[in-house]
Amino acid sequence: MTEKTDLTLRINGRDHSIRVEPRKTLVDAIREDCGLTGTHIGCEHGVCGACTVIVGHEAVRSCLMFAVQARGKPIRTVEGLAQGNTLHPLQRAFMTHHGLQCGFCTPGFLMLAANVLEKNPDIGDEELLDVLSSNLCRCTGYQNIIKAVRAAQEEMKPKVAAAE
Amino acid sequence: MSGRPGLLRLGPNCEKACDEKADGEEGTHLRLLPVAAVPYTRGCLCIRTAMKPPAFQYHDPKTLTEAVSLLGTLDNAKLLAGGQSLMPMLNMRFVLPDHVIDLNRVEGMSGIKEAGGTLEIGAMTRQRDLEFSDLVKAKCPLLHQAIMHIGHRQTRNRGTIGGSLCHLDPAAELVLVAMAHDATVVVVGPNGTREIAFADFPAGYLTPAIELNEIVTAIRIPLWPAGHKAAFIEFARRHGDFAIVSAAALLQIDGGKIARASLTIGGVAVAPVRAAEVENAITGQAPSTALFAKVCESCRSFEAMADIHASAEYRQHLAAVLSRRALEKAAGLADNAPWNRAH
Repeated sequence: MTEKTDLTLRINGRDHSIRVEPRKTLVDAIREDCGLTGTHIGCEHGVCGACTVIVGHEAVRSCLMFAVQARGKPIRTVEGLAQGNTLHPLQRAFMTHHGLQCGFCTPGFLMLAANVLEKNPDIGDEELLDVLSSNLCRCTGYQNIIKAVRAAQEEMKPKVAAAE
Repeated sequence: MSGRPGLLRLGPNCEKACDEKADGEEGTHLRLLPVAAVPYTRGCLCIRTAMKPPAFQYHDPKTLTEAVSLLGTLDNAKLLAGGQSLMPMLNMRFVLPDHVIDLNRVEGMSGIKEAGGTLEIGAMTRQRDLEFSDLVKAKCPLLHQAIMHIGHRQTRNRGTIGGSLCHLDPAAELVLVAMAHDATVVVVGPNGTREIAFADFPAGYLTPAIELNEIVTAIRIPLWPAGHKAAFIEFARRHGDFAIVSAAALLQIDGGKIARASLTIGGVAVAPVRAAEVENAITGQAPSTALFAKVCESCRSFEAMADIHASAEYRQHLAAVLSRRALEKAAGLADNAPWNRAH
């Protein structure tokens, strides 16, 4: 046990002041100390992608980063996708296209896809497949996830253009 | 990415009593390598059932001088770069440092620049920045090709070139590129800066030839002339996995003849090996599939390691096949080859 550190994590626009050991991974801090359990922990060694969140402007695996390293950086988790009662286009597309069954991998896929589509709205099929291949899903066989992300890509395009 | 458990060696219990008794369980202790042979992990190496990092003191230097000084004074300290190899090793408790020195807030350790025919890349440059660098794409096509094989988008967002080189996984893409290009590693310690030729950089499995108090700050890649050809090929079970065997070819072709060649094979031995015999045999020759098929057979004689992923014989077979394919691809002879389809 080492001394705990005070730090503030800014998650989905809200500050969370927490006190954690430096060895605490970002995903554990998000779930246990900030109470945001939407981000899931799978393999804890950077293989499954379930814990993907957006730190700064990049999708990262939050099991491969310490909470202290995220100090001062905006963090986005799956809880920040919906606007009030309106689901994010990706969330709706995952429902429409049956992109989930048990839902364990879904937060990771959603944050990865959100980051990729925001940065690269015109991403091609091949690159999209390459990007999505980083996360594991044991239920869907992936095809419906790919369909959902492609469908959301269409819906997200005008929004991205309007925001510019 | 993970600690390649297939290469772990079983041994007696670690000498250092783990300070993590709070878990209330006896973990399985495995010895990886003699501790002295693994300078960067000084102390004990053991794997436990817990999937959480061990306790350590965290240090967050802002300057390189501060980082060097911390590394020189703290006992059993480990440098944290992008963390995409170290974090899994910590989570699985393959590594138990007393101190972690985080380099992520150190100023001036990242950046890509070209000077005098050399590409200089700061050690903390993210793999993602290399992936999207126009300079890298234009001047160092081998590096550009190799980057796309490293892990996944999320890991390239954090992973650094310096971290990958120091972790020195036998199958790591950046290690292969550094060897293929005869790169130089720039290291800073309490006594100043020194450069290490990449051929001398690997001291053993996962072990770079740097002192305990030294930090890799940059890598210098001598560029090949404009118009040179490059090809990077790897064989992995799934995309994004560590390669079982990989090959990198650089060719300079003048007037239909190979004027200069570099062929490097990764994943076969503890560090990538240059196929000097092949390089010599093809220099001065006109590139052809027949020539490459003939000379690459010599790659079957490389001493190869065996693990749970592949036998030594299979690695030797892959070394010959992938060498030939890398040369064919670099020479533009593989455009219609069935193994060269876009995927």
